[in-house]
Amino acid sequence: MADNAEEIREHIRAYVKVFVALAVLTVVTVAVSYLHIPSIWVAVALALVIALFKGSLVAAVFMHLSSERAIIYWVLLLTVVFFIVLMLLPLLTEMSSVGTPTEGG
Amino acid sequence: MSEEIPHTVEPHPITGVYNGKFGIWLFLASEVMLFGALFSSYVLLRVGAESWPHGWQLLNVPLATLNTFVLIASSVTMVMSWASLKLDNFSRFRFWMGLTIALSFVFLIVKGFEYGAKFEHHISPATSNFYATYFTLTGLHGLHVIGGIIVNLYLLLPGSAMWKTAPEQFTNRVECAGLYWHFVDLVWIFLFPTLYLL
Repeated sequence: MADNAEEIREHIRAYVKVFVALAVLTVVTVAVSYLHIPSIWVAVALALVIALFKGSLVAAVFMHLSSERAIIYWVLLLTVVFFIVLMLLPLLTEMSSVGTPTEGG
Repeated sequence: MSEEIPHTVEPHPITGVYNGKFGIWLFLASEVMLFGALFSSYVLLRVGAESWPHGWQLLNVPLATLNTFVLIASSVTMVMSWASLKLDNFSRFRFWMGLTIALSFVFLIVKGFEYGAKFEHHISPATSNFYATYFTLTGLHGLHVIGGIIVNLYLLLPGSAMWKTAPEQFTNRVECAGLYWHFVDLVWIFLFPTLYLL
């Protein structure tokens, strides 16, 4: 089982580095929120960019996605497509009412 | 006829991975859609609302930040438990897995304090759309933490007998449990800023 011990030890060093990075990025996320950025869109974008970066680190290193088989990537690609559709649903719902006069208006 | 479950260790010829890993990824894909539906509802409710409070005005940010650190740490200890098995070190596995479970309980206890403070002030999901969203998302996430604790406790205690009979299969089980646990961490990484900080 320990035939690739050196490789595993290298993984462990990466885990520690990612842990430090995640901790620092958590501090950054909270610090940014204390700035109380007036534009909600800028605040959302900033929070999501940091969260995306943190999430990518977890997925790539802890979940070993940086070196996974093609089938897993295909499953995830399909998931991402459906996830985007899901997140766009509120937008489509909003758009469907564009140009429609409100009752009495 | 052999009763053995196929491809628990050796990769399946079509997928190139052992069946457990393929299965857990498909499950996680369905989990993305489950949480995605709730996130999507949250966006719809928030965008459609005339006014919506900032999370930091109503929720306890320091406690949630502490919980973020706890969950990140538990992800590291989880992956360390798998790496320990890969290095043939079972006692190390027990240490890291035990620590993962302990951290998971810390997360739940902190969450319990957070919920308790809300209930004390008679705040419930019925209070407002904001709190309905908060309790639904964090509640579902909390249920996932409980699920992870149950699986990890099994792997630490009765399930670990497999280490003696089928060590590679056991290591793969721990890897699958780890993939689930990292997903729970990943969901929190998005929940924390969207609910508490925005």
